[in-house]
Amino acid sequence: MNISIEREVKGDNLYLVAVEGEIDVFTAPELKKGLLPLTEIHGGNLTLDLNATKYMDSTALGVIVAALKSASKHQCRFSVTGMTPRIKRLFEITGLSDLLNRAQTSEGNADD
Amino acid sequence: MTETKDVIRLTLPAKPEFVSVARLASSGAASRMGYSFDAIEDIKVAVSEACTNAVSHGYKQMETGQIKIVMECGENALTITVIHNGESFDASQALQKLKPIDPYADLDEVNEGGLGLFLINALMDQVTISTECGVAVRMIKFLSRDGVERIANKVSTTE
Ligand SMILES: Nc1ncnc2c1ncn2[C@@H]1O[C@H](COP(=O)(O)OP(=O)(O)OP(=O)(O)O)[C@@H](O)[C@H]1O
Ligand SMILES: [Mg+2]
Repeated sequence: MNISIEREVKGDNLYLVAVEGEIDVFTAPELKKGLLPLTEIHGGNLTLDLNATKYMDSTALGVIVAALKSASKHQCRFSVTGMTPRIKRLFEITGLSDLLNRAQTSEGNADD
Repeated sequence: MTETKDVIRLTLPAKPEFVSVARLASSGAASRMGYSFDAIEDIKVAVSEACTNAVSHGYKQMETGQIKIVMECGENALTITVIHNGESFDASQALQKLKPIDPYADLDEVNEGGLGLFLINALMDQVTISTECGVAVRMIKFLSRDGVERIANKVSTTE
């Protein structure tokens, strides 16, 4: 069981990370290693694409929270797209959806 | 009513790379019992969380111990118990603290972990954690035919 992580530079400071497979305790460290450095790019714009992610649990949610925190610290935009209904459900139950939405909203009108 | 249960027992090395095997086994059992796609996914996440905790907390990622998984396939329910003999914890205290992420909290205050037991409790119908000797997490998912909702989330501990 493995994940494959595709990193794509889409333009000036625009990055896309797409994850294919299952994110669990075994594979989450790999995601963290691929994702976290990109959240440290000041003024960057990073998207995590979960379109091809078949499974995830709290270990993946933890990486996403860590990415969001780091991105906000480095004034990098971070968003998540392509969630299957199943993954969306996990995001909603755990409150991660609201946290991601709030982070995006406050980003839009914050100037500090 | 007497009920004979079919029992599946599985012993896995307490290593991260084997947690996916527990998911496969539980989804196999659940799908043969006739659970819906969503219920099967719920069961997979719950089993995975319990195994992950055994690997990460029970054995502190030492990769030495074993995880025992007992799946009891009953008439109306699948009961899965995930057991390890590693380090125990104060389950009743942990269960009292179960909560989702607070989206209005300061980002610095948002924890990166602490969602595993919360998810187990949210996704399964009954959860009991016993910590007499190591840790045993017992989780039940009812098989609802005719769409009848069963007992709501109920967590308890036995010390
Ligand atoms: N099976 C277990 N054996 C020993 N300790 C456990 C076990 N399950 C949970 N714990 C303890 O309870 C705490 C909460 O567990 P929980 O799964 O909710 O969060 P986490 O594992 O810390 O983070 P996450 O699951 O979100 O990655 C753990 O940090 C650990 O201290
Ligand atoms: Mg956990």
